[in-house]
Amino acid sequence: METILLTEDLRVEYRTQTSGVGRKVAVRDLNLRVQAGEVFGFLGPNGAGKTTTMNVLLGFVNPTHGNAYLFGVNVREPIARQRIGFLPELTYYYKFLTAEELLRFYARILGIPSSETDKRIARLLRLVELEAVRKRPIKTYSKGMQQRIGLAQALINNPDLLILDEPTSGLDPIGRMKVREIIQRLRGEGKTVFFSSHELGEVETVCDRVAILHEGELRMEGRVSDLTQKYQTDLEKIFLQVIGYQSQSCP
Amino acid sequence: MNKILALAGVVIKELYRRKDFYVLFILTALITLVMGAANFFNDTNIVRYLIEICLLLIWISALAIAIGTAARQIPAERENRTIFPLLAKPVTRAHLLVGKFLGCWLACGIALVVFYTFLAIVSGAREHQWPVVHYFQALWLHWMCLAVVVGLVLWGSVIFSAPSANATICLIVVVGILLLGRHLNVVALRQAEPLSSILYTVYFVIPHLEWFDVRDLIIHGQGLVAWPAVLLASLYAATYTATFLLMAWLVFRRKALNV
Repeated sequence: METILLTEDLRVEYRTQTSGVGRKVAVRDLNLRVQAGEVFGFLGPNGAGKTTTMNVLLGFVNPTHGNAYLFGVNVREPIARQRIGFLPELTYYYKFLTAEELLRFYARILGIPSSETDKRIARLLRLVELEAVRKRPIKTYSKGMQQRIGLAQALINNPDLLILDEPTSGLDPIGRMKVREIIQRLRGEGKTVFFSSHELGEVETVCDRVAILHEGELRMEGRVSDLTQKYQTDLEKIFLQVIGYQSQSCP
Repeated sequence: MNKILALAGVVIKELYRRKDFYVLFILTALITLVMGAANFFNDTNIVRYLIEICLLLIWISALAIAIGTAARQIPAERENRTIFPLLAKPVTRAHLLVGKFLGCWLACGIALVVFYTFLAIVSGAREHQWPVVHYFQALWLHWMCLAVVVGLVLWGSVIFSAPSANATICLIVVVGILLLGRHLNVVALRQAEPLSSILYTVYFVIPHLEWFDVRDLIIHGQGLVAWPAVLLASLYAATYTATFLLMAWLVFRRKALNV
């Protein structure tokens, strides 16, 4: 099976302003391998290093040590990003553009022929249910609508790998269900999905495999079914156990 | 090239969907028309002053558009987080910088065409003369000058995080060059060392934007600038623009962008 995403001893350190600390290790020697067709959940509490890892995968941040590859190409090469789609946690797009113009802009960036662009835009706007507002400027959209147009832009190049950073954050239940449906649909099409989320019930439903990151270190990795069978509990409890969380009950 | 053109297209769309350009144009038009309507001292040559004022307003407006548009490009991309889905595509930071430059420069070009057409109509209506080639030459040199300004501001925008700080600094630098640039060598002669050498170095390093200002030729109805000189000035502007964009890229290429 083809390896779509690979990190080798990935380490990211930041300089900090705090006196006495000097450098903070955001990601510590991370080794990850995601195979084609998998839906991979990347979990961890806030500040665990999930977003930093995604930043490296997308070329926004250079690793201090180690390498990361997408489709066998080092992420430092822009061509590594030709076959991926990315949805950031907080989606903001050019507010003065309409949904249609935004998708056309990204299609042009990706070199999609104009004859094909119209078909894709129509299909994607139907998928994210924004057909009726396609001519409206994005500044008039609600948060949920902006998240959906974000998803449409991530899918414009029909990507083989979709990287989603907390895609359901701030969405209402209908919006969450819609995102879940889209992820499952992509899995059905054989696409690879790599996503971070704090919604562990949702992760358990849609993911094949998960990795749990804590304080920059990979603490656990495996198939969701294997983990829940081994620990005889749900993913949320496994997660809390792995990060060493102790519930403090009120007196 | 397609990526660069797509990026430039967004900058141009932004310009004509914002109010800045329209406000500046209406302001320039109103001031010029009001002044043109008045008959000062029954002076038949008053149209010269009218052209002078209109050209000054065009220069001020064009600088405001160039600096205002270029200064917000990269910081706004980062602040609004639009840079992340963009750079997650196969777009390099060099593409982004060149696309932004091209967009700002073309936007300035469109604004200049509107402003100079207005000037030609106003002066033509009063003087019944249409020195189209003079206006074209002035517009071209003005546009080349704005290329240098846009390049400089883009470089500033990757150094200074606040667009307002960058715009203010660049405005002071550009106005300083326009007003004092041509006098620096003379001032240097009158200074003791090492100030004299420093001023000379500054004189030779700064882009001489004042060379692109041919307003006086239009106001006083003088002849055209020799075309080889226009070509050399264009090459001079291209060299400075490329240098500023290169400096911007050197700063921006390794800059960490955190989501």
